Amino acid sequence: MKLLRQFCFVLALGLLGDLIKKMLNLPLPGSVIGMILLFLLLYFKVVKVENLKEISNFLLDHLAFFFIPAGVGLMAYIGILKDNWLEIGGISLITTVLVFLVTGSTIQFLRKRWIK
Amino acid sequence: MIDLLQTPVFGIIISIVAYEIGLSIYRKTKLPIFNPLLIAIIIVIGFLLAFDIDLETYNLGGDFISVFLTPATVILAVPLYNKLEILKKSYKEILIGIALGSTASVISVLLLAKLFNVNESLLLSLIPKSITTPVGVEVSKQLGGIPSITVAAIIITGILGAVLGPSLCRLFKIKDKLAIGIAMGTSSHAVGTTKAIEMGEIEGAMSGLAIGVAALITVLVAPIIVKILL
Repeated sequence: MKLLRQFCFVLALGLLGDLIKKMLNLPLPGSVIGMILLFLLLYFKVVKVENLKEISNFLLDHLAFFFIPAGVGLMAYIGILKDNWLEIGGISLITTVLVFLVTGSTIQFLRKRWIK
Repeated sequence: MIDLLQTPVFGIIISIVAYEIGLSIYRKTKLPIFNPLLIAIIIVIGFLLAFDIDLETYNLGGDFISVFLTPATVILAVPLYNKLEILKKSYKEILIGIALGSTASVISVLLLAKLFNVNESLLLSLIPKSITTPVGVEVSKQLGGIPSITVAAIIITGILGAVLGPSLCRLFKIKDKLAIGIAMGTSSHAVGTTKAIEMGEIEGAMSGLAIGVAALITVLVAPIIVKILL
């Protein structure tokens, strides 16, 4: 029951996140709002991290797996991708590399500077 | 035969089997290009095309798996909380890094799209390509893009980040675990985070944080940048 109970709690947080998103018209998805809620609950020690161990191990160990249907969903866009594959692929590749470089080296640089 | 496939069981089984194959290939080769998620997606798509099974049939089970995406995102608060000390110490660097990265993403998409002479609706659809799908779709709609192209670009970007991330760290000599995690999450959202979690606890925690922060920053800066540069 432990795992199911924890799962129910995490699902409910996601649902609560959706509700808050709708009510306050926030530009973040319910899942991210749920993540913020869970972080606050942990931070203010309302929920103990040990009591979420089983579900967090389960979900995090299989995180990549849960994205398979989203990836398979690319099938539905084969028509669009066929016409523009070079532009979409090329822009995605170059910008992904660039964002990685900008973000990673900025933080690495700042941390070396500020820690000293 | 086809009737037998009309249950969620088919989509679930083929996804698990494809992922197992992906994992075993990855474990044998240890090469990031053989990303288990990427292999699984290719196997499933190949299978559906080969046996002429439509996406809706697969999605009877696929939708069931997708249900786990929301709780899996919520639970990213746990690794983040476990690294609370690092977060407290470095939140300024983290925020600056994500803000610069997200801004660079929007600007570079815009400039490259102009360079490639891409039409405007395609350009606008690609603007939110680095952020998590639900927010990306909203930004795309708001700017006047085509949401389905946005979804495709977001997934492609995620897979690229997960596959290339480790090599990019070596290429650009990024060794700081916190910097790696934030770079993974900012450049390639939750799909990049799947790889970051595998790389280590700090990387995973920081990548999860970056999903939300990058989405928020992109929502705020994308309309402004588009107005100035387009």
